[in-house]
Amino acid sequence: MAGVKIYGKPISTCTARVLLCLEEVGAEYQLVSINMPSGEHKGPAHLARNPFGQIPALEDGDLVLFESRAISKYVLRKYKESGTDLLKEGNLAESAMVEVWLEAESQQYNPAISPIVWQSLIVPKMYGGTPDQAIIDSSLEKLKKVLEVYEARLSKSKYLAGNFFSLADLSHFPFTRYLMITPYASVFESYPHVKAWWEDITSRPAFKKVSAGMLDS
Amino acid sequence: MGIKVYGLTKTTNVARVLISLEEVGADYEVVPVDFATGEHKSQSHLTRNPFGQVPAFQDDNDVMLFESRAISRYILRKYKSDLLREDDIKEAALVDVWVDVEYGQYNAPASAICYNVIVKPMHGEEVDQQVVDTNLEKLKKVLEVYEARLSQYKYLAGDFISFADLSHVPCTYYLMLTQYKSVFDSYPHVKAWWEAIMARPSIKKVFDIMSA
Repeated sequence: MAGVKIYGKPISTCTARVLLCLEEVGAEYQLVSINMPSGEHKGPAHLARNPFGQIPALEDGDLVLFESRAISKYVLRKYKESGTDLLKEGNLAESAMVEVWLEAESQQYNPAISPIVWQSLIVPKMYGGTPDQAIIDSSLEKLKKVLEVYEARLSKSKYLAGNFFSLADLSHFPFTRYLMITPYASVFESYPHVKAWWEDITSRPAFKKVSAGMLDS
Repeated sequence: MGIKVYGLTKTTNVARVLISLEEVGADYEVVPVDFATGEHKSQSHLTRNPFGQVPAFQDDNDVMLFESRAISRYILRKYKSDLLREDDIKEAALVDVWVDVEYGQYNAPASAICYNVIVKPMHGEEVDQQVVDTNLEKLKKVLEVYEARLSQYKYLAGDFISFADLSHVPCTYYLMLTQYKSVFDSYPHVKAWWEAIMARPSIKKVFDIMSA
């Protein structure tokens, strides 16, 4: 099967989400770097791939996709013969639970965690700016409320969608990976089942490989 | 027992689920959740939706779900609806793209406008015109992208209607009740797309339910 092309950066959270899926299914792919500091993502060539000027984008023959969770699902479906089934689309109830917790990642977890990562890591490191502590603090409170729900869930279920690893778990990786190199990593200490889940999923070979391409500080 | 949707039909996220149910012609019951008395934070509701939000959803065989887009996908899959295009891997992917665009790009500015202009006055709160204006500018940028897309294709994912288009309905319904409906006049393909969606019998039915 011909490989797909991914346009993005390995240090980018949303690109990492897609790379994780490709690594999990063992697919061949080509990563084409987009130069963010020079504004390449807002240039006409990239806007033709992603009209919102963001990364990642995927090209597979004449198919062009954007939005990392949509790309992830496409990759997982395309390579489902690999034996790695992270969507469970053959089972109505299981696939529904994957969708529920993927939505939870996108709509509950991500809005709480991403401002913390953005302010404490990306703003100083990429933009030379000063973190907005008020945003960090209010986001931390929101994140704790979300982690309470996750703690309860992961006390009953090994992974988020059930007793099977899925895209729902995987999708949490990129921003959490970055939270862990900020001073706020310790928030996970109060949620032992969440912590154990994090240690479990990050021990997967795909995670180690993608993590190596991300920022370490 | 059958399908139960927990929430109020006026709520955009509840209406999203009703759209899928009406499209597939399923029988269902709406069980109201009383926010005024804090019912959404009660133990029994938190068992259904641990984030204390609506909708929550139940079906036979112990299916208990939350998050309206996840619930919608379950309904559409269960009834083998064509609105997800899951028989075609490329079309299904394009549906997924534009559902994510609806949430990630369209929903925030559109619902911020609706919240300020419709909900706040209902609670006797002042409209924050600066928030409305900022979000209007964001919405226009999004509508420019939609105009370009809908100039190429009849619907967002392609020349076929899909869950991606219908996922926009609840928020747009409210936007069209405000003075800001006129912003769509500058985007003729977007306006035509909305009119095509509104003509669907299931959508007319959900509008009746929402306005009851």
